[in-house]
Amino acid sequence: MMFPILSSLVALPIAGAILLLFVRDDEHNEPLVRNIALVVSLLVFAQTLLLWSRFNAGSAEFQFVERHAWIPAFGISYLVGVDGISLLLLVLTGFLTPLALLSSWESVHKKTKAFCIFVLLLESAMMGVFVSLDLFLFYIFWDAMLIPMYFLIGIWGYDRRVYAAVKFMLYTMAGSVLMLLAILALAYLHNAATGAYSFDLLRLYDLRIPPPMQFWCFLAFALAFAIKVPLFPFHTWLPDAHVEAPTAGSVILAGVLLKMGTYGLVRFAFPLFPLAASYFAPYLALLAVIGIMYGALVAMVQPDMKKLVAYSSVSHLGFVVLGIAAMNTQGVQGAVYQMLNHGVSTGGLFLIVGMLSDRRHTRLISEYGGLKRVVPHLVAVFLIVTLSSIGLPGLNGFVGELLILLGAFRWSPRAAAFAASGVILSATYMLWMFQRVNYGPVNNDKNKTMRDLSAREWAILVPIVAMIALMGVLPNMFLRPIGPSVERMLNQVRQGAGVQIQAIKNSEFGSRNSD
Amino acid sequence: MPPGISTSDFYYILPELVLTGGALLVLIADVLLPRGSKALAWVTLLAIGATIASLVPFGSTHVEVAHGLLAVDQFALFFKIVFLGAAALTVLMSVRYLEIEGASPGEYYFLILCATLGMMIMAGGIDLLTIFIGLETMAVSFYILAGFIKPNQRSNEAAVKYFLLGAFSLGILLYGMSIMYGLSGTTNLRTMATAFVGQERDPRLVLAVILVVAGLGFKIAAVPFHMWAPDVYEGAPTPVTAFLSVGSKAASFAMLLRIFLEGLPSMSADWRLMFEVLAIVTMTIGNLAALTQTNIKRMLAYSSIAHAGYILIGVVAGTPRGVAAMLIYLLIYAFMQLGAFTIIIIMRRQDVVGDELKDFSGLHIRHPFAAFAMLLFMLSLGGIPPTAGFMGKFWLFGAAIDAGYVRLAVIGVLNSAISLYYYIRLVVFMYLKPQGAGSPVTTSPSLGIALAVAVIGTIFLGVYPRLLFDLAEMSARTLGVAAVTAAIR
Repeated sequence: MMFPILSSLVALPIAGAILLLFVRDDEHNEPLVRNIALVVSLLVFAQTLLLWSRFNAGSAEFQFVERHAWIPAFGISYLVGVDGISLLLLVLTGFLTPLALLSSWESVHKKTKAFCIFVLLLESAMMGVFVSLDLFLFYIFWDAMLIPMYFLIGIWGYDRRVYAAVKFMLYTMAGSVLMLLAILALAYLHNAATGAYSFDLLRLYDLRIPPPMQFWCFLAFALAFAIKVPLFPFHTWLPDAHVEAPTAGSVILAGVLLKMGTYGLVRFAFPLFPLAASYFAPYLALLAVIGIMYGALVAMVQPDMKKLVAYSSVSHLGFVVLGIAAMNTQGVQGAVYQMLNHGVSTGGLFLIVGMLSDRRHTRLISEYGGLKRVVPHLVAVFLIVTLSSIGLPGLNGFVGELLILLGAFRWSPRAAAFAASGVILSATYMLWMFQRVNYGPVNNDKNKTMRDLSAREWAILVPIVAMIALMGVLPNMFLRPIGPSVERMLNQVRQGAGVQIQAIKNSEFGSRNSD
Repeated sequence: MPPGISTSDFYYILPELVLTGGALLVLIADVLLPRGSKALAWVTLLAIGATIASLVPFGSTHVEVAHGLLAVDQFALFFKIVFLGAAALTVLMSVRYLEIEGASPGEYYFLILCATLGMMIMAGGIDLLTIFIGLETMAVSFYILAGFIKPNQRSNEAAVKYFLLGAFSLGILLYGMSIMYGLSGTTNLRTMATAFVGQERDPRLVLAVILVVAGLGFKIAAVPFHMWAPDVYEGAPTPVTAFLSVGSKAASFAMLLRIFLEGLPSMSADWRLMFEVLAIVTMTIGNLAALTQTNIKRMLAYSSIAHAGYILIGVVAGTPRGVAAMLIYLLIYAFMQLGAFTIIIIMRRQDVVGDELKDFSGLHIRHPFAAFAMLLFMLSLGGIPPTAGFMGKFWLFGAAIDAGYVRLAVIGVLNSAISLYYYIRLVVFMYLKPQGAGSPVTTSPSLGIALAVAVIGTIFLGVYPRLLFDLAEMSARTLGVAAVTAAIR
């Protein structure tokens, strides 16, 4: 029997969390707790790399599939597997979690043990979301993820943390309960069609769903995902959650959690309801374009660096949604690629803002200025990450944005034109922020004594910079496994929509004949 | 031997007999044991244990006893296990509480057992008379229990309110039952069902249905018959509140299912509509009212009203799946609700009443495990995976969609999203606020056991619900629901 590597990805962080429960919680053990958590998360990362190395990039099928009956009476099973789309998101999760843990080394001193446990539980739930191929299992992980995140924001966050944590929880929950009903409805439809309940995604893909049902279910799924992305106008929880969350929370939130929304669109909403998807795609694209512009414009006027980066996320994820809505190879490939990019570069930005905030305990842009003279190393890394976020050619952001714009242009030149202006806006607000923080004279005396990167911080930032460069220079390494799976998903949508449109035409034709 | 009753009938009511014997034993032991002895609780637990053991031979029995007064089937068995389990947990959480309140435990445990006996008869009854006798046995026990802390004004108020409104609602229920009897000429529900089949829709029967729904609505605390619940829940001794909100509610649902699914399947269009409206109103009002409560017992009272609304969804669905979902939910609800009340009792100390929201401030520093357990129960009540509460809601809403009541399911999930707000608010207090006042929070062995059972149940049924699901489906099928749905279609 094959080693159940996907289950191990989910189970290992939980095992680490349970191990931590047995460590006494006092000052003495703080380094021990941190090291255990770090080692566990590094092991998980190593496993994701192993998974990637064993992954057959030429195949579009789900691999490493494991299936066990769970609640047979309702056709629920423990079913996991990866394809090219989820593979790299798993790697991203594995990559960012140790960095998030490392980033908390100095900023989190209160209840370190609980902090590490929550981060590990969160990692487990995130892995679970990306590997689940059973809708019920997916929903469990999707909701279970809220709890650790709620505590990460609520306990270790900044001043308005309780408000932000509750808002985060209620917003996401409100979105996801309707999805639960849509999932139930799908199982019911499967029962009506075949005589057995099933939550198995692969079987539900083949289900022919009548159009009105498709619309409602698509809307239910899309609402849950749109809140998570967050798509304009469902984004209002994001700035609060990001600003109040501790650095580690922001990194994971921006790096991985937001991707679950776009991942959900690609994996569930579009292929399950192809007809509804092609009907609603233009509306999604419209919201995405509004989000791109709106996020960028609001980011521009933020006095708080963290809030600026948070709004830039709204803008950047608008690109991802636009790529998905374009429904062609370039668009969707670019969207998946951009999910990874955004995880790395926005994660990096949050880490850097966190480092500045660790030193000065403020995130206001006006408090800084002229940092280039004081902390040249930090500023150098800051520059690279900023440029990556803007999409400078040669770095990772460029590849994703280019592909998305290509895809969008093929589909609707007008949408592409608006989106492209978003790229310019993003350069404006990012560079302006960078300039105000790092150039000019050192006006504030408190900044004069700032220290440069420590060894630990180098250890956090070097991998980020390395990824930025790698993904910019060798995009094919990442695009290769994505390609076949994206192709398969697109075929599914096109065929599904095509078949059903044909069926509707036939039935109209038939009814006309019978008149 | 009285006419119409045979020796074998006594065999089939063995569990009820054992429980009655156990209750009497408790009364005797109370006199014999030295005052203030904790042994009485163990005698009570022994009686409950013996009753559970005496249920074993009836694992797959499916008979009518004493010419259709009682049914011994898996449906009744399932409920009996829920009642006895809830009673055992209630006893465990009462020991220290009674000590602090200075109440005499003898009659208390006796009444708990009497109430349980009444519930068991309600679940087994397929005759209006037996059901009513069971209901009275339970209700009278609860009237006394609610006012058990005599020096406490709130407890007295609760008892009087509960008694007056309870007696009134029983009158309404009885009136409805008498019309049912008058129209069919029988009190046996199964005979009644056949008598009504094929008849024209009689307005008098509609009136009877309305009256019975109203009477039962009071028992399950469905809006608009819920007014008593918050006051009684707040005023009654906390373990009694726990038992009331779990045992009495489950028994009333058992009775409701018996009356409507076994006795009035021909009127299903009418009562389904009524219950649908009741379910919607109950969920919504219960949750909205809970949002503003600062007393945890009151909050849990409104939350329990809302949960009655969720469970009603299963009645509306009326399918075996719907009934199974109700059984599942009632059992899961017993674990999480009793667990939450156990925590409130743990919070009750000599110097602190411990049922206000602010009393829970910073609980995770004072007692990390209690805080964790309460977190678990709150998440479970709110229906967040991977807790048992999620599985229960999943099954209920699944049954609703399955039976074509998508609207109900939508309202149900939106409500459970609303409910999260007040459940999470308690979590905010426990985890995110600085420490509250009062002496240290400690548990006693019996409270520890009760808590452990509730925690394990809430986690286990959330992760591995398969056994419960199969069991509930099997039990639901013995209710003669199959015949009902056949009649409807």
